Amino acid sequence: MAKSFSSTLSVLFSLRTVPVLTLMVFLLPVLAGLFSTIFPAFGYLPAIGQVSFTTAAWTQLFAHPALPNALLTSVSSGIIATLLSLILSLTFVAAWQGTNSFKRARQLLAPILAIPHSALAIGLAFLIAPSGWITRTISPWATGWERPPDIAVIHDEWGLSLILGLMIKETPYLLLMIVAALDQSQAKQRLKLAKTLGYHPVSAWIKGVLPVIYKQIRLPIYAVLAFSLSVVDIALILGPTTPPTLSILVLRWFNDPDLSYRTIAAAGALLQLGVVVGVIFLWWATEKAVSRLTRRWLANGKRSFAETPVRIFSRISLNSIFVLFFGSLLVIVFWSFTRRWQYPDFLPSVWSIQSWDRNINNLLWSSSATLIIGLISSLIAVILVIACLENEKRRKKSAGTGALWLVYLPLMIPQVSFLFGVQVLTIKAGIDATWLAMIWGHLLFVLPYVFLSLTDPYRQHDDRYIKVALSMGVSPTRAFWRIRLPMLLRPLLFALAIGFAVSVAQYLPTLFIGGGRFSTLTTEAVNLSASGNRRIIAVYALLQALLPLLCFATALALPNVIFRNRRTLREH
Amino acid sequence: MQQKIFQQDAIAATAPSLHLKELALSLRSQQLFSKLSLSISPGEIVTIMGPSGCGKSSLLAAISGTLERDFALEGQVLLDELNLINLPPEERHIGMLFQEDLLFPHMSVNDNLGFGIPAHIKDKKKRNTLIAQALDEAGLSEFENRDPATLSGGQRARIAVLRTLLSQPRALLLDEPFSKLDAELRARFRNFVFRHARANNLPTLMVTHDPDDAQSTGGKVIQMSDL
Repeated sequence: MAKSFSSTLSVLFSLRTVPVLTLMVFLLPVLAGLFSTIFPAFGYLPAIGQVSFTTAAWTQLFAHPALPNALLTSVSSGIIATLLSLILSLTFVAAWQGTNSFKRARQLLAPILAIPHSALAIGLAFLIAPSGWITRTISPWATGWERPPDIAVIHDEWGLSLILGLMIKETPYLLLMIVAALDQSQAKQRLKLAKTLGYHPVSAWIKGVLPVIYKQIRLPIYAVLAFSLSVVDIALILGPTTPPTLSILVLRWFNDPDLSYRTIAAAGALLQLGVVVGVIFLWWATEKAVSRLTRRWLANGKRSFAETPVRIFSRISLNSIFVLFFGSLLVIVFWSFTRRWQYPDFLPSVWSIQSWDRNINNLLWSSSATLIIGLISSLIAVILVIACLENEKRRKKSAGTGALWLVYLPLMIPQVSFLFGVQVLTIKAGIDATWLAMIWGHLLFVLPYVFLSLTDPYRQHDDRYIKVALSMGVSPTRAFWRIRLPMLLRPLLFALAIGFAVSVAQYLPTLFIGGGRFSTLTTEAVNLSASGNRRIIAVYALLQALLPLLCFATALALPNVIFRNRRTLREH
Repeated sequence: MQQKIFQQDAIAATAPSLHLKELALSLRSQQLFSKLSLSISPGEIVTIMGPSGCGKSSLLAAISGTLERDFALEGQVLLDELNLINLPPEERHIGMLFQEDLLFPHMSVNDNLGFGIPAHIKDKKKRNTLIAQALDEAGLSEFENRDPATLSGGQRARIAVLRTLLSQPRALLLDEPFSKLDAELRARFRNFVFRHARANNLPTLMVTHDPDDAQSTGGKVIQMSDL
């Protein structure tokens, strides 16, 4: 009996079953959560005594006065942010690939991506608000504003600051995805060829490279689109308030003390999903149309395409993004050490560490919760992903593109649409507001990114090293530990850092699954952002940005220390 | 001139022969070769020649047990009486040398050699002596703690050969091991490899597309197209 049990266990946890296990770990909760949202949306919610199926929630939802505007700002800000980010990153790569400015921009990508978007959004708010740093820099000598102008820059009803906040994070992300796609698609040779045929850089890139790599960046674009359409934390910090975007509206309904709002909330969550699916479909249809309409244009032989304007435009706008990014970080640092910073002073007049000092207990607690959840969930994710990829290597069979869609699934389903369901499930399972549930909840979002970051380096690792080891009589297990893992240490640590950064950035999962008993730096920072106390907000936002940055710095530096005497594995 | 030859004491005395019996290999139902039969006695070096893509390297992968999944293999690979075909690569003890030296970049020269020595030799002193002997043999005694990346191509190649020999293989497969080296180095390194293969009584199978390599063995040469 015991023996059969242990053999069942060994089958369950053998390398072969890991891919299935991994899929279950992160797909089951997503799908189950989605279903647990569908039932209440149609009136089935035993908790408030409703057990019959009705469409009342939908009628209420569509009759809600805030809905039309909320829908409009969600859709418009989501599409515009994605479109602008895409145009910006594409034109920058088209105009500058292979130059020094391109290399410099590339190096900035990792730290930018490491920083949680809510920290950036907070910094951006400090920067562009009527009393923000930008106004202080130019007032009153240039503007004549003796007091902050009375304009709603943050929370503007058009969602413009929301769009800007999204773009600061998404342009670098898309840039990174494009660069990764370029590395895999012989882009350099294609570009050279097009140039020898007399094509100028931008047209050579748009006609010769873009159509090839678009396939590879399609899923990341959809993920960005889904994120922008349904984002919660950035929208809370920068988005319009009366009415807010759809996702915020849904969140408010979920949090309403009046439980009868739960059914409208569930219906709204499904509507949010519908919006994402619909817009992605629209985007896909536009892709098809554009590719059809431009077919003749691609081959019309014209050698140049607005070369100089594209070069100037892309350079200026990308630099502005970088400036906004670093400005946001800097202003957070300043505010966190400010005692007194009156308008329109350029810098604080009295510095102090009192904001840190007074919140030290809460800061320590939130930081340790952030660290524990982030490190454990990314470690689990890395182990699962390595097991999947090693299984793939040993069975000499790699997963198809279908698997990639599955990996992207949790990134494309809006968080509000299934996290409520997940919350219900954790309550039913009796694990609500436990470390287990928290770590699992974060794992859902960490796993896809870890998978995406580790797959290429792992698949590209030269198997002949392993073959040599095997031919010397070394077991596959020993070859894995002694050869494969050490050789892949750098990408492994990098994946761990990415996973950690993703976990740190999570707002909604912590909120929903934590049941109010867990506070991370991100939930604290976002929840405080409405308070207006810039000094305290800044302290949380700075720590929130610092932890992932430190993690990345370690991941980059550690291999150089370990391999200080190994030239091949050191960074050049 | 008396030349020192690095020898695996235990193996040389009882060296087996390598037999291929009616090997047939196909890739996705496309036949690469069929009915390949061949016997290589201890210390003999047999060369297989052919253009790239004819299945030379796949033949070596079939013998060492590292064939990709898409291939179908029939026939037998024997070391004397022992049929290897159902054994995993790590239990076949067939040494492989590739075009690249494939020294493990995260290990020192010493560790690379030590990695080759079988685990059943537990005595640390004995292991160190073996490593020192091998380094001496390669004329690289001073290099024990060096990063392999700082060695010259020829030095790295010699370390790779000695690493394989330290693992006490029962046969040796060479997959165009000289094609990346320049002409002068090439002749010298070729002699180095052949000398050690013979001294260790290893049945050796080499695939190459270079007639020079094939001639230099002074042994049997088979054209892949004749199979």
